[in-house]
Amino acid sequence: MMNYLWVGMVLMACVTACLTGRTAELAAAVTDGAGQAVTLCLSLAGIMGLWSGILELMQQSGLCKRITAVLCPVLKLLFRRAAKDDRTMERIAANVTANLLGLSNAATPIGLQAADRLYQLYDRKGAPDEVLQFIILNTTSIQLIPTTVAAVRASLGAAQPFDIMPAVWGASVFSVLTGMAAAKLFARFRPKEQL
Amino acid sequence: MTELVIPVILAIAGIHALLHQTDVMPALLKGVQTGLQTAIHILPTMIVLLTAVRMLRASGWIDLAGQMLEPLLQKTGIPAECSALVLLKPLSGSGGLALGQEIMRDCGVDSYAGRVAAVMLGASETSLYTIGIYCGHLELKKTGYAIPAAILADFAAFISAALWVRWLG
Repeated sequence: MMNYLWVGMVLMACVTACLTGRTAELAAAVTDGAGQAVTLCLSLAGIMGLWSGILELMQQSGLCKRITAVLCPVLKLLFRRAAKDDRTMERIAANVTANLLGLSNAATPIGLQAADRLYQLYDRKGAPDEVLQFIILNTTSIQLIPTTVAAVRASLGAAQPFDIMPAVWGASVFSVLTGMAAAKLFARFRPKEQL
Repeated sequence: MTELVIPVILAIAGIHALLHQTDVMPALLKGVQTGLQTAIHILPTMIVLLTAVRMLRASGWIDLAGQMLEPLLQKTGIPAECSALVLLKPLSGSGGLALGQEIMRDCGVDSYAGRVAAVMLGASETSLYTIGIYCGHLELKKTGYAIPAAILADFAAFISAALWVRWLG
């Protein structure tokens, strides 16, 4: 998909530039963009590094496990079949914790394990609602600390890079609720033969 | 108040680690190393994608897309400058970040459009990519309602991003 996306973007840029007559700007953008990417990544490196350091510390000291334990009862309400299998539930909660803390490198492997175990509980047949709901939960961002975005804001000289957090939380919660409500609704009106 | 969240998290993580006899410095340094590697790791992708995003902007395509989507988005409060982000973010995380950075830079990082772009980035995931990974791993033949539900959730994030920025500033 990325192949088509990139070629499509470049192609559309060329065609549009010819139509709007902004070919000189287009040529400048090629050299500009590449150079700017390096500056951007360098300015992100500091805060991304620091935050991974803090997260590693939280993992080693057991703070992550503690958050997982708090989340478990809430998640049991959402995943009924998984709630009967402790090891599946543990992995689901660990995946959600990793997502909350912005540990995306850790979230995906644990998430895939959790999805695997969950699918096993349904004998690996069809596309069970609970599995789909777990996938949808992972597509809705539930990150507490938007480190990368804050880093970008900091690199551009924002007065307070992290002050967008309450708005991010509000939008995230609304997004998760919408995703879960849509999933439950779609599940109710799903044709039987699809199960 | 929010400016205290990050420093307090650092303090809590530190105190909790000391109370649980964790070796603080080695843990921190190990994590920082991983974080730096991630920053280096995304550099090639960013070089390639930021070039494409800049080309799209320079050619005027993003302005055109914004104008075309404006009648649709006007009611939702999403600024026209952010409309291309609605299309790009669900497809590509780095592409979304690249475009978001451009919007924040050009409109001003603390302007309305700049803040909405930041909240949109922070509150959404690369949904289609994530569904691809999970369904591929589980070898699901049908994705059922995963894609429409995920798109709805993304859209909810985008629309409410504009709302929250207006409410909370």
